[in-house]
Amino acid sequence: MIRLVPRSEAAPLLQIATPVLAVLATMIAGGILFAIMGYDPVAAIRTIFWDPLFGPAAGYSRPQLLVKAAPLILIASGLAVGFRAGIWNIGAEGQYIIGAICGAAVALAAYPAPEMWIFPAMVVAGAAGGWAWGMIPALLRNRFGASEILVSLMLVYVAQRIAAWMAFGPMRNPEGFGMPGSRNLQQYPAAANPELIPGTGAHWGVVAAALAVLATWFLMSRHIRGFHIRAAGLAPRAARFAGVKPETLVAFCLGLSSALAGMAGLFEVAGPAGQITDTVGVGYGFTAIIVAFLGRLHPVGILLAGLLLALTYIGGELAQLTLNLPAATVQVFQGMLLFFLLGFDLLTRFRIARRITA
Amino acid sequence: MTDAAVFRARGIGKSYPGVRANDDVSFAVDPGEIHALLGENGAGKSTLVKMIYGLVRPDDGHMELNGQPHQPTDPRAARAAGVAMVFQHFSLFDALTVAENIALGMENPPPQRALSARIAQVSQDFGLPLNPARRVVTLSAGERQRVEIIRCLLQNPRLLIMDEPTSVLTPQEAELLFATLRKLADGGTAILYISHKLEEIRTHCDRATILRGGRVVDSCDPRAHSARTLAAMMVGGEMRAIDRSGRQAGEVLLQVRALTQAAPTAEGTALKGVTLTLRAGEILGIGGVAGNGQDELLAALSGEIRGASGTILLEGADLSRLGPEARRAAGLLAAPEDRLGHAAVPDFSLADNTLLTAGARKGLVRKGLIDHPAARAFAADIIRAFDVRTPGSGTAAKALSGGNLQKFVIGREVMQAPRVLVVNQPTWGVDAGAASAVRQSLLDLARQGAGVIVISQDLDELLELSDRFCALNEGRLSDPVPTAGLSLDQIGLMLGGAHGMEVAHL
Repeated sequence: MIRLVPRSEAAPLLQIATPVLAVLATMIAGGILFAIMGYDPVAAIRTIFWDPLFGPAAGYSRPQLLVKAAPLILIASGLAVGFRAGIWNIGAEGQYIIGAICGAAVALAAYPAPEMWIFPAMVVAGAAGGWAWGMIPALLRNRFGASEILVSLMLVYVAQRIAAWMAFGPMRNPEGFGMPGSRNLQQYPAAANPELIPGTGAHWGVVAAALAVLATWFLMSRHIRGFHIRAAGLAPRAARFAGVKPETLVAFCLGLSSALAGMAGLFEVAGPAGQITDTVGVGYGFTAIIVAFLGRLHPVGILLAGLLLALTYIGGELAQLTLNLPAATVQVFQGMLLFFLLGFDLLTRFRIARRITA
Repeated sequence: MTDAAVFRARGIGKSYPGVRANDDVSFAVDPGEIHALLGENGAGKSTLVKMIYGLVRPDDGHMELNGQPHQPTDPRAARAAGVAMVFQHFSLFDALTVAENIALGMENPPPQRALSARIAQVSQDFGLPLNPARRVVTLSAGERQRVEIIRCLLQNPRLLIMDEPTSVLTPQEAELLFATLRKLADGGTAILYISHKLEEIRTHCDRATILRGGRVVDSCDPRAHSARTLAAMMVGGEMRAIDRSGRQAGEVLLQVRALTQAAPTAEGTALKGVTLTLRAGEILGIGGVAGNGQDELLAALSGEIRGASGTILLEGADLSRLGPEARRAAGLLAAPEDRLGHAAVPDFSLADNTLLTAGARKGLVRKGLIDHPAARAFAADIIRAFDVRTPGSGTAAKALSGGNLQKFVIGREVMQAPRVLVVNQPTWGVDAGAASAVRQSLLDLARQGAGVIVISQDLDELLELSDRFCALNEGRLSDPVPTAGLSLDQIGLMLGGAHGMEVAHL
């Protein structure tokens, strides 16, 4: 019989080494998978992890790195704060969608006014929309003890239905010849979230993500609220003894993470995506969970993990184009990454022992 | 000398990574003997009995039981060989009756009716009042222990091991227990009795083997020595006498008025009309058997549970509706019983752990911003002033021994110069040296004009420290009585006496 025996002391070096090991293991396992499917494994791995940055078409794909990484990092920064406290917001995808809808609503209501206040108001509306959507699981948990994991996850599907309704109904472009989807905000200068420096991919969402990394790092390492969040995650009774109200913490963590997710949705809909469609949610909210864990719930780690996951998106698309790899490649890679990460994590805290049972 | 010994250990050794838990331990227990195993926490008592009971295997040496080699591979083999053990923590199912619980622990339980009859027989023979049909949930700690003891006695053990059995008992219940043990011993059973309570060992044990640092340092007749000498052997040095001088009761600091609150959890205890007054310079002792509302009272005073307004007043100011941080700012501080996970975050460094309670009073947190260097400096101050044995303020709390962490936790509160400090079980599981340091620091704090409330199950500690004593029983607090001249018997009656003593005479 095989069983897991707790290790007496987890090595701090392993904490940093496991994400790296997980990435390597994902490359190896992915390579084996591609080989079985009849593709050249080395070429596939190179196409996914190397070519987007240094390959022949890198000029096009390199800016995409920031475009894809920005929402991941913005969302994951907020999620990681809650995860540190043991408050599990799994529904960032839904908060992202609602944020996108609320932000776009401001723009569509103001259209075609040219005023300067429109874009800032959209950012606020996006954050507020995400925040409000996140307050639903927070209130239900504080009032009735409902699991925020289930409630926030279920609300993703509600948000997706609302997005479809908006795209086909109230927000449909009146000049769109009956096609579903709202006006394209990229063509509405006062509401657009453009590329700030040509050729970099950097839009306002990238700026927000960078600020989020800095702000959450400051919160978690310098502010007493961050200290209380860490304490609550490690020893809830000690946190209560220190003076933390669990209800306040639930509201704060869900509020912060969902406001950031909502903001990410707004930046996406006003920029790269351009319009509200029934598929406005493209999975950033779920992938951000992987980013948060791969980054060890640490702001700097999240920055690196966000860039890496963005790379798998771009590399996956590239592999589809050049090698005809299936579209599910990206999800398989991301899934394997989380699987290996959790597996290696387990092995840093436990070791495998064999026991002969009589 | 005694080849008739029931149990004999020769040169037993056991190592854990980084620790030599037992080293060359030899001793023998004769039939009819109550043999004390005496030592501080960490002296190796538990490891030793775990080896006898088959939970752990020794690295070196060998054991004999009734002249036969004793090498149990698991507790079942040990039981079959005639060893029985009553643990400090009970393993009983609340929802089942006494008889059902006992049947569960037996290899081949007889039919319920026959078993009940045997339980009644044994409980009568040994003066252990117990009704086999009662559900365990309705039993007191003392009665639960009787269930465990009777479960052992039904096996007719040759050697009975008792692990700190009196820590959950009132003095009357403890007397009852010793009477039972004496009867058993008179019947030829050998009893190995583990404790660090010197007085009860002096009164009731025939021989004592004293362990220190995993080795046998002495073996003696405890009745021939004073508690002081025994303590010196146990600690390996002279015990410092506690200095109670220089205190006088001043103005009223804390008033608790008719504090009533529902139990916070299903297993918790409700507080019923708790009323007390604490003066400057005074130490109020609150005794009681565990589970009678100690944790809830501390939580109500610390602010973890908020009360109805007008129930808790500090120097006239109503703190009842305030949370822990505001109460600390006002000068009401607390140190809970559970060091790891309640008073401290195990994975945090000592420096970070100062931030749990000392942020405001020591200026470690200003406008929400943490001053990490100040926290490290404060942790270093505590480590120095309270002689906390640790490499430094960066060490994780969980890496400290119980006694050292307790010194740190008490030091953290004391060094904030509270007006009132409430502590629960300040020396629980702490070695004698650290315990006396903690107690002295509480007395010193009171001498400087603070009020101290000590909640404890250790009656000797309460008698040593407190000026007045009250008992907490099922969430009710008795009226305080002056400690001077109070006997253990009187205290026992205040704590509710021996539960269920009348049942035996059915």
